[in-house]
Amino acid sequence: MNLDGVTTGTVLDHIQAGKGWEIYNLLKLDKEECTVAIIQRVDSTKYGKKDIIKIDGDTDIDLDILGYFDTRITVNKIRDGVLEKKVKLKLPERLVGVLECRNPRCITSVEKGIPHEFRLADREKKRYRCLYCDTVYKEKK
Amino acid sequence: MSELRHLINITDLSVEEIDHLIAVADDIIAHPEAYWDACAHKKLATLFFEPSTRTRLSFTAAMMELGGNVLGFDQAASSSTSKGESVSDTIVMACCYADIVAMRHPKEGAPFVGARHSTVPIINAGDGGHFHPTQTLTDLLTIHRKKGDFKGLTIGLCGDLKFGRTVHSLIEAMIRYEDIHFVMISPEELDLPSYIKEQLNKAGVDWREVSSLEEALPELDVLYMTRVQKERFFNEEDYIRLKDSFILNRAMLSTAKDDMIVMHPLPRVNEIAIDVDDDPRATYFYQALMGKYIRMALILFLLGIK
Repeated sequence: MNLDGVTTGTVLDHIQAGKGWEIYNLLKLDKEECTVAIIQRVDSTKYGKKDIIKIDGDTDIDLDILGYFDTRITVNKIRDGVLEKKVKLKLPERLVGVLECRNPRCITSVEKGIPHEFRLADREKKRYRCLYCDTVYKEKK
Repeated sequence: MSELRHLINITDLSVEEIDHLIAVADDIIAHPEAYWDACAHKKLATLFFEPSTRTRLSFTAAMMELGGNVLGFDQAASSSTSKGESVSDTIVMACCYADIVAMRHPKEGAPFVGARHSTVPIINAGDGGHFHPTQTLTDLLTIHRKKGDFKGLTIGLCGDLKFGRTVHSLIEAMIRYEDIHFVMISPEELDLPSYIKEQLNKAGVDWREVSSLEEALPELDVLYMTRVQKERFFNEEDYIRLKDSFILNRAMLSTAKDDMIVMHPLPRVNEIAIDVDDDPRATYFYQALMGKYIRMALILFLLGIK
Protein backbone atom coordinates (compact mmCIF):
# COMPACT_ATOMS: atom_id res chain seq x y z
CA MET A 1 0.00 0.00 0.00
CA ASN A 2 1.02 3.58 -0.44
CA LEU A 3 -0.61 6.90 0.32
CA ASP A 4 -2.32 7.16 -3.07
CA GLY A 5 -5.83 8.48 -2.96
CA VAL A 6 -5.25 11.15 -0.32
CA THR A 7 -4.40 14.61 -1.60
CA THR A 8 -4.71 16.51 1.62
CA GLY A 9 -5.73 14.64 4.70
CA THR A 10 -4.68 11.93 7.13
CA VAL A 11 -3.67 8.31 6.84
CA LEU A 12 -3.87 6.20 9.99
CA ASP A 13 -1.46 3.36 9.47
CA HIS A 14 -0.46 0.31 11.51
CA ILE A 15 -3.91 -0.17 13.04
CA GLN A 16 -4.19 -3.61 14.55
CA ALA A 17 -5.87 -5.87 11.98
CA GLY A 18 -9.63 -5.95 12.49
CA LYS A 19 -9.74 -2.77 14.60
CA GLY A 20 -10.27 -0.33 11.73
CA TRP A 21 -14.03 -0.04 12.22
CA GLU A 22 -13.61 0.47 15.95
CA ILE A 23 -11.25 3.38 15.34
CA TYR A 24 -13.62 4.73 12.69
CA ASN A 25 -16.46 4.77 15.22
CA LEU A 26 -14.29 6.04 18.08
CA LEU A 27 -13.17 9.04 16.02
CA LYS A 28 -16.75 9.56 14.85
CA LEU A 29 -15.56 9.63 11.24
CA ASP A 30 -19.12 8.96 10.07
CA LYS A 31 -19.87 12.56 11.08
CA GLU A 32 -17.15 13.93 8.77
CA GLU A 33 -17.99 15.37 5.36
CA CYS A 34 -14.78 14.10 3.72
CA THR A 35 -14.08 10.80 1.98
CA VAL A 36 -12.96 8.03 4.30
CA ALA A 37 -11.67 4.61 3.32
CA ILE A 38 -11.03 1.68 5.63
CA ILE A 39 -8.66 -0.90 4.25
CA GLN A 40 -8.61 -4.12 6.19
CA ARG A 41 -6.05 -6.88 6.67
CA VAL A 42 -3.27 -5.42 4.58
CA ASP A 43 0.07 -7.25 4.63
CA SER A 44 2.46 -5.61 7.05
CA THR A 45 6.15 -6.36 7.50
CA LYS A 46 5.91 -5.09 11.07
CA TYR A 47 2.72 -6.78 12.33
CA GLY A 48 1.86 -9.43 9.71
CA LYS A 49 -1.56 -7.87 9.03
CA LYS A 50 -2.87 -4.37 9.67
CA ASP A 51 -5.77 -2.03 8.94
CA ILE A 52 -5.43 1.43 7.39
CA ILE A 53 -7.83 4.37 7.43
CA LYS A 54 -7.50 7.07 4.77
CA ILE A 55 -9.23 10.37 5.34
CA ASP A 56 -9.21 12.67 2.34
CA GLY A 57 -9.79 16.20 3.59
CA ASP A 58 -8.83 18.50 6.44
CA THR A 59 -9.98 16.90 9.67
CA ASP A 60 -8.95 17.32 13.28
CA ILE A 61 -8.20 13.84 14.54
CA ASP A 62 -8.47 13.42 18.30
CA LEU A 63 -4.96 12.20 18.98
CA ASP A 64 -5.75 11.65 22.67
CA ILE A 65 -8.42 9.09 21.88
CA LEU A 66 -6.19 7.47 19.31
CA GLY A 67 -3.22 7.43 21.70
CA TYR A 68 -5.33 5.85 24.41
CA PHE A 69 -6.58 3.20 21.99
CA ASP A 70 -3.20 2.17 20.62
CA THR A 71 0.07 4.14 20.62
CA ARG A 72 1.43 1.97 17.81
CA ILE A 73 -0.87 3.58 15.24
CA THR A 74 1.03 5.91 12.89
CA VAL A 75 -0.64 9.19 11.93
CA ASN A 76 0.53 10.49 8.56
CA LYS A 77 -0.47 14.02 7.65
CA ILE A 78 -0.61 14.52 3.88
CA ARG A 79 -0.58 17.88 2.12
CA ASP A 80 -0.80 18.19 -1.68
CA GLY A 81 -0.09 14.48 -2.06
CA VAL A 82 3.13 14.68 -0.06
CA LEU A 83 3.79 13.33 3.42
CA GLU A 84 3.91 16.48 5.53
CA LYS A 85 4.57 14.90 8.93
CA LYS A 86 4.30 11.72 10.91
CA VAL A 87 2.78 12.03 14.38
CA LYS A 88 3.97 9.64 17.06
CA LEU A 89 1.19 8.84 19.48
CA LYS A 90 1.56 8.69 23.23
CA LEU A 91 -0.80 8.01 26.09
CA PRO A 92 -2.59 11.28 26.89
CA GLU A 93 -2.24 12.79 30.38
CA ARG A 94 -5.98 13.54 30.48
CA LEU A 95 -8.96 11.84 28.85
CA VAL A 96 -12.19 13.82 28.76
CA GLY A 97 -15.45 12.22 27.67
CA VAL A 98 -13.82 9.02 26.47
CA LEU A 99 -14.00 6.62 29.41
CA GLU A 100 -16.84 6.32 31.88
CA CYS A 101 -16.31 5.92 35.64
CA ARG A 102 -18.12 2.83 36.90
CA ASN A 103 -17.77 3.56 40.61
CA PRO A 104 -21.36 3.85 41.89
CA ARG A 105 -20.09 6.11 44.70
CA CYS A 106 -18.57 8.60 42.25
CA ILE A 107 -20.29 11.96 41.82
CA THR A 108 -20.33 11.37 38.05
CA SER A 109 -22.92 8.63 38.67
CA VAL A 110 -25.52 11.20 39.76
CA GLU A 111 -24.45 14.71 38.74
CA LYS A 112 -25.71 15.53 35.27
CA GLY A 113 -23.74 17.58 32.80
CA ILE A 114 -20.24 16.95 34.12
CA PRO A 115 -17.74 15.25 31.81
CA HIS A 116 -16.16 11.97 32.82
CA GLU A 117 -12.46 12.77 33.19
CA PHE A 118 -9.51 10.53 33.77
CA ARG A 119 -5.85 11.25 34.46
CA LEU A 120 -2.93 9.02 33.55
CA ALA A 121 -1.71 7.47 36.81
CA ASP A 122 0.74 4.89 35.50
CA ARG A 123 2.12 5.13 31.95
CA GLU A 124 3.80 1.73 32.07
CA LYS A 125 0.65 -0.11 33.12
CA LYS A 126 -1.63 2.18 31.04
CA ARG A 127 -3.60 2.93 34.17
CA TYR A 128 -6.09 5.78 34.32
CA ARG A 129 -7.83 7.11 37.42
CA CYS A 130 -11.07 9.03 37.61
CA LEU A 131 -10.33 12.69 38.30
CA TYR A 132 -13.23 12.88 40.77
CA CYS A 133 -13.04 9.65 42.81
CA ASP A 134 -9.59 8.21 41.92
CA THR A 135 -11.04 4.86 40.90
CA VAL A 136 -8.91 2.99 38.37
CA TYR A 137 -10.60 2.48 35.02
CA LYS A 138 -10.98 -1.17 34.09
CA GLU A 139 -11.82 -2.29 30.57
CA LYS A 140 -15.01 -4.34 30.26
CA LYS A 141 -14.14 -7.99 29.75
CA MET B 1 -6.45 39.90 45.18
CA SER B 2 -5.00 36.61 46.36
CA GLU B 3 -5.48 33.37 44.40
CA LEU B 4 -8.63 31.39 45.18
CA ARG B 5 -7.67 28.26 47.10
CA HIS B 6 -9.71 25.18 47.97
CA LEU B 7 -8.95 22.18 50.16
CA ILE B 8 -10.22 19.05 48.45
CA ASN B 9 -7.40 16.64 49.21
CA ILE B 10 -4.73 17.02 51.89
CA THR B 11 -2.12 17.11 49.12
CA ASP B 12 -3.56 20.44 47.97
CA LEU B 13 -1.49 21.82 50.84
CA SER B 14 2.29 21.75 50.78
CA VAL B 15 4.21 20.47 53.79
CA GLU B 16 5.20 24.08 54.52
CA GLU B 17 1.55 25.18 54.45
CA ILE B 18 0.56 22.35 56.81
CA ASP B 19 3.38 23.35 59.15
CA HIS B 20 2.10 26.93 58.97
CA LEU B 21 -1.46 25.82 59.87
CA ILE B 22 -0.13 23.84 62.83
CA ALA B 23 1.83 26.89 63.99
CA VAL B 24 -1.24 29.15 63.68
CA ALA B 25 -3.38 26.60 65.57
CA ASP B 26 -0.75 26.53 68.32
CA ASP B 27 -0.90 30.31 68.49
CA ILE B 28 -4.73 30.29 68.60
CA ILE B 29 -4.59 27.84 71.53
CA ALA B 30 -2.07 30.07 73.32
CA HIS B 31 -3.79 33.40 72.53
CA PRO B 32 -7.46 32.78 71.65
CA GLU B 33 -8.44 36.39 72.37
CA ALA B 34 -6.22 37.62 69.55
CA TYR B 35 -8.51 35.85 67.05
CA TRP B 36 -11.94 36.71 68.43
CA ASP B 37 -12.73 39.21 65.67
CA ALA B 38 -10.53 37.81 62.90
CA CYS B 39 -13.53 36.76 60.77
CA ALA B 40 -15.99 39.46 61.81
CA HIS B 41 -18.70 39.94 59.13
CA LYS B 42 -17.58 36.79 57.29
CA LYS B 43 -19.93 33.86 56.71
CA LEU B 44 -19.20 30.15 56.53
CA ALA B 45 -21.73 27.93 54.71
CA THR B 46 -21.78 24.37 56.05
CA LEU B 47 -23.33 22.29 53.27
CA PHE B 48 -23.71 18.83 54.78
CA PHE B 49 -25.43 16.46 52.38
CA GLU B 50 -24.99 13.62 54.87
CA PRO B 51 -25.13 13.62 58.67
CA SER B 52 -22.12 14.53 60.78
CA THR B 53 -21.70 15.60 64.37
CA ARG B 54 -18.08 16.44 65.04
CA THR B 55 -17.08 17.87 61.72
CA ARG B 56 -20.06 20.19 61.40
CA LEU B 57 -19.96 21.27 65.04
CA SER B 58 -16.23 21.91 64.92
CA PHE B 59 -16.56 24.00 61.74
CA THR B 60 -19.38 25.94 63.36
CA ALA B 61 -17.46 26.43 66.61
CA ALA B 62 -14.33 27.41 64.67
CA MET B 63 -16.11 30.14 62.71
CA MET B 64 -17.92 31.40 65.81
CA GLU B 65 -14.67 31.65 67.77
CA LEU B 66 -13.24 33.70 64.92
CA GLY B 67 -16.15 36.14 65.24
CA GLY B 68 -17.83 35.02 62.01
CA ASN B 69 -21.28 33.65 61.24
CA VAL B 70 -22.47 30.26 60.01
CA LEU B 71 -25.35 29.21 57.76
CA GLY B 72 -26.20 25.98 55.97
CA PHE B 73 -27.94 22.64 56.26
CA ASP B 74 -27.09 19.35 57.90
CA GLN B 75 -28.72 16.79 55.61
CA ALA B 76 -29.60 16.55 51.95
CA ALA B 77 -33.31 16.28 52.79
CA SER B 78 -33.33 19.86 54.07
CA SER B 79 -31.65 21.23 50.95
CA SER B 80 -32.81 21.60 47.35
CA THR B 81 -30.91 18.40 46.56
CA SER B 82 -34.08 16.60 47.59
CA LYS B 83 -35.75 18.45 44.70
CA GLY B 84 -33.05 17.28 42.31
CA GLU B 85 -30.69 20.27 42.42
CA SER B 86 -27.17 19.51 41.22
CA VAL B 87 -24.07 19.98 43.36
CA SER B 88 -22.79 22.65 41.00
CA ASP B 89 -26.01 24.67 41.22
CA THR B 90 -26.05 24.38 45.01
CA ILE B 91 -22.50 25.70 45.16
CA VAL B 92 -23.14 28.59 42.79
CA MET B 93 -26.07 29.54 45.01
CA ALA B 94 -24.01 29.21 48.21
CA CYS B 95 -21.36 31.53 46.76
CA CYS B 96 -24.01 34.27 46.67
CA TYR B 97 -24.42 34.11 50.45
CA ALA B 98 -21.15 32.93 51.99
CA ASP B 99 -17.44 33.80 51.98
CA ILE B 100 -16.29 30.20 52.42
CA VAL B 101 -17.96 26.78 52.17
CA ALA B 102 -17.41 23.54 54.09
CA MET B 103 -19.04 20.70 52.20
CA ARG B 104 -19.74 17.07 53.06
CA HIS B 105 -21.28 14.78 50.47
CA PRO B 106 -21.77 11.01 50.22
CA LYS B 107 -20.56 10.92 46.61
CA GLU B 108 -16.83 10.82 45.97
CA GLY B 109 -15.53 13.85 44.11
CA ALA B 110 -18.55 16.07 44.90
CA PRO B 111 -16.45 18.83 46.57
CA PHE B 112 -14.13 18.77 43.55
CA VAL B 113 -17.16 19.46 41.34
CA GLY B 114 -18.15 22.20 43.77
CA ALA B 115 -14.69 23.78 43.61
CA ARG B 116 -14.87 23.93 39.83
CA HIS B 117 -17.99 26.08 40.03
CA SER B 118 -17.16 28.12 43.10
CA THR B 119 -16.00 31.70 43.50
CA VAL B 120 -15.24 31.19 47.21
CA PRO B 121 -12.94 28.67 48.92
CA ILE B 122 -14.40 25.15 49.21
CA ILE B 123 -13.34 22.88 52.04
CA ASN B 124 -13.96 19.18 51.58
CA ALA B 125 -15.52 18.08 54.87
CA GLY B 126 -15.62 14.45 53.68
CA ASP B 127 -16.70 12.93 50.37
CA GLY B 128 -17.89 9.35 50.77
CA GLY B 129 -15.04 6.95 51.38
CA HIS B 130 -12.65 9.19 49.49
CA PHE B 131 -11.00 12.15 51.29
CA HIS B 132 -11.40 13.94 54.60
CA PRO B 133 -8.55 16.46 54.67
CA THR B 134 -9.66 18.49 57.71
CA GLN B 135 -9.71 15.32 59.79
CA THR B 136 -6.15 14.77 58.63
CA LEU B 137 -5.17 18.27 59.66
CA THR B 138 -6.79 17.55 63.03
CA ASP B 139 -4.79 14.34 63.32
CA LEU B 140 -1.54 16.04 62.37
CA LEU B 141 -2.07 18.83 64.92
CA THR B 142 -2.87 16.24 67.61
CA ILE B 143 0.21 14.15 66.86
CA HIS B 144 2.40 17.24 66.62
CA ARG B 145 1.21 18.64 69.97
CA LYS B 146 1.53 15.29 71.74
CA LYS B 147 4.78 14.13 70.16
CA GLY B 148 6.50 17.39 69.30
CA ASP B 149 7.56 16.17 65.87
CA PHE B 150 6.64 13.58 63.24
CA LYS B 151 10.14 12.27 62.66
CA GLY B 152 10.83 8.67 63.64
CA LEU B 153 7.24 7.87 64.64
CA THR B 154 5.75 4.40 64.22
CA ILE B 155 2.05 4.71 63.55
CA GLY B 156 -0.37 1.81 63.75
CA LEU B 157 -3.52 2.16 61.64
CA CYS B 158 -6.19 -0.24 62.81
CA GLY B 159 -9.64 -1.32 61.64
CA ASP B 160 -11.25 -0.42 58.35
CA LEU B 161 -8.35 0.59 56.15
CA LYS B 162 -10.26 -0.05 52.95
CA PHE B 163 -13.10 2.44 53.25
CA GLY B 164 -11.57 4.54 56.06
CA ARG B 165 -11.02 7.85 54.33
CA THR B 166 -9.34 9.35 57.42
CA VAL B 167 -6.66 6.70 57.16
CA HIS B 168 -6.08 7.30 53.46
CA SER B 169 -5.68 11.04 53.91
CA LEU B 170 -3.43 10.62 56.96
CA ILE B 171 -1.13 8.31 55.01
CA GLU B 172 -1.00 10.73 52.07
CA ALA B 173 -0.06 13.54 54.41
CA MET B 174 2.51 11.71 56.51
CA ILE B 175 4.49 10.06 53.72
CA ARG B 176 5.73 13.52 52.84
CA TYR B 177 7.55 13.73 56.17
CA GLU B 178 10.85 12.00 56.83
CA ASP B 179 11.38 8.77 58.72
CA ILE B 180 7.76 7.67 59.22
CA HIS B 181 6.88 4.03 59.84
CA PHE B 182 3.44 2.47 59.44
CA VAL B 183 1.96 -0.76 60.72
CA MET B 184 -1.37 -1.65 59.07
CA ILE B 185 -3.69 -3.71 61.25
CA SER B 186 -6.86 -4.93 59.57
CA PRO B 187 -8.77 -8.00 58.44
CA GLU B 188 -7.85 -9.00 54.90
CA GLU B 189 -11.23 -7.87 53.54
CA LEU B 190 -10.68 -4.35 54.84
CA ASP B 191 -7.01 -3.80 54.00
CA LEU B 192 -5.66 -0.75 52.18
CA PRO B 193 -6.71 -0.04 48.59
CA SER B 194 -4.00 -0.81 46.05
CA TYR B 195 -3.46 2.81 45.08
CA ILE B 196 -2.56 3.74 48.66
CA LYS B 197 -0.14 0.79 48.85
CA GLU B 198 1.40 2.01 45.60
CA GLN B 199 1.83 5.48 47.07
CA LEU B 200 3.54 4.06 50.16
CA ASN B 201 5.92 2.01 48.05
CA LYS B 202 6.62 4.86 45.67
CA ALA B 203 7.47 7.14 48.59
CA GLY B 204 9.83 4.49 49.97
CA VAL B 205 8.02 4.43 53.30
CA ASP B 206 8.67 1.61 55.74
CA TRP B 207 5.34 -0.20 56.23
CA ARG B 208 4.00 -3.65 56.91
CA GLU B 209 0.69 -5.40 57.44
CA VAL B 210 -0.23 -7.48 60.48
CA SER B 211 -3.48 -9.20 61.30
CA SER B 212 -3.41 -8.82 65.10
CA LEU B 213 -3.50 -5.67 67.20
CA GLU B 214 -1.62 -7.37 70.07
CA GLU B 215 1.32 -8.11 67.78
CA ALA B 216 1.70 -4.48 66.74
CA LEU B 217 1.05 -2.68 70.05
CA PRO B 218 4.50 -2.78 71.74
CA GLU B 219 6.29 -0.91 68.94
CA LEU B 220 3.74 1.84 68.32
CA ASP B 221 4.08 5.55 69.15
CA VAL B 222 0.61 6.28 67.78
CA LEU B 223 -2.32 3.87 67.54
CA TYR B 224 -4.97 5.18 65.19
CA MET B 225 -8.21 3.23 65.58
CA THR B 226 -11.07 3.42 63.08
CA ARG B 227 -14.66 2.29 63.01
CA VAL B 228 -15.93 -0.30 60.58
CA GLN B 229 -18.52 1.93 58.93
CA LYS B 230 -21.89 0.38 58.19
CA GLU B 231 -22.73 3.03 55.59
CA ARG B 232 -19.79 1.95 53.40
CA PHE B 233 -21.09 -1.59 52.93
CA PHE B 234 -23.55 -2.68 50.26
CA ASN B 235 -24.01 -5.99 52.05
CA GLU B 236 -25.13 -6.12 55.70
CA GLU B 237 -23.80 -9.66 56.19
CA ASP B 238 -20.25 -8.49 55.45
CA TYR B 239 -20.68 -5.62 57.89
CA ILE B 240 -21.87 -7.84 60.73
CA ARG B 241 -19.05 -10.32 60.13
CA LEU B 242 -16.31 -7.68 60.23
CA LYS B 243 -17.54 -4.97 62.59
CA ASP B 244 -15.95 -6.37 65.73
CA SER B 245 -12.67 -7.39 64.11
CA PHE B 246 -10.41 -5.26 66.27
CA ILE B 247 -11.35 -4.04 69.71
CA LEU B 248 -8.94 -2.22 72.02
CA ASN B 249 -9.41 -2.54 75.77
CA ARG B 250 -7.42 -1.29 78.74
CA ALA B 251 -5.81 -4.64 79.53
CA MET B 252 -4.28 -4.76 76.05
CA LEU B 253 -2.54 -1.46 76.69
CA SER B 254 -0.23 -3.13 79.23
CA THR B 255 2.17 -4.05 76.43
CA ALA B 256 2.05 -0.59 74.82
CA LYS B 257 4.59 2.19 75.39
CA ASP B 258 3.79 4.56 78.27
CA ASP B 259 3.77 7.55 75.93
CA MET B 260 1.87 5.93 73.08
CA ILE B 261 -1.24 7.87 72.12
CA VAL B 262 -4.56 6.27 71.13
CA MET B 263 -6.39 8.25 68.46
CA HIS B 264 -9.77 7.80 66.81
CA PRO B 265 -11.59 10.11 64.39
CA LEU B 266 -14.86 9.30 66.26
CA PRO B 267 -17.61 8.29 66.50
CA ARG B 268 -16.52 5.01 68.00
CA VAL B 269 -18.96 2.17 68.27
CA ASN B 270 -17.22 -0.55 70.24
CA GLU B 271 -13.70 -0.67 68.78
CA ILE B 272 -12.34 1.16 71.85
CA ALA B 273 -13.73 -0.12 75.14
CA ILE B 274 -14.99 2.54 77.57
CA ASP B 275 -12.33 1.52 80.12
CA VAL B 276 -9.63 2.95 77.83
CA ASP B 277 -11.08 6.47 78.30
CA ASP B 278 -9.44 6.90 81.71
CA ASP B 279 -6.02 5.81 80.49
CA PRO B 280 -3.68 8.78 80.00
CA ARG B 281 -2.87 7.46 76.54
CA ALA B 282 -6.46 7.97 75.37
CA THR B 283 -6.21 11.01 73.09
CA TYR B 284 -9.39 10.88 71.00
CA PHE B 285 -11.40 13.53 72.83
CA TYR B 286 -8.40 15.85 72.87
CA GLN B 287 -8.15 15.12 69.14
CA ALA B 288 -11.77 16.27 68.66
CA LEU B 289 -10.89 19.52 70.42
CA MET B 290 -7.89 20.01 68.14
CA GLY B 291 -10.31 19.78 65.20
CA LYS B 292 -11.75 23.14 66.13
CA TYR B 293 -8.38 24.90 66.35
CA ILE B 294 -6.98 23.56 63.10
CA ARG B 295 -10.21 24.47 61.28
CA MET B 296 -9.88 27.99 62.67
CA ALA B 297 -6.37 28.14 61.23
CA LEU B 298 -7.60 26.73 57.90
CA ILE B 299 -10.48 29.22 57.57
CA LEU B 300 -8.05 32.10 58.20
CA PHE B 301 -5.61 30.68 55.66
CA LEU B 302 -8.18 30.15 52.89
CA LEU B 303 -9.73 33.57 53.45
CA GLY B 304 -6.26 35.11 53.30
CA ILE B 305 -6.60 36.63 56.77
CA LYS B 306 -3.29 37.11 58.58
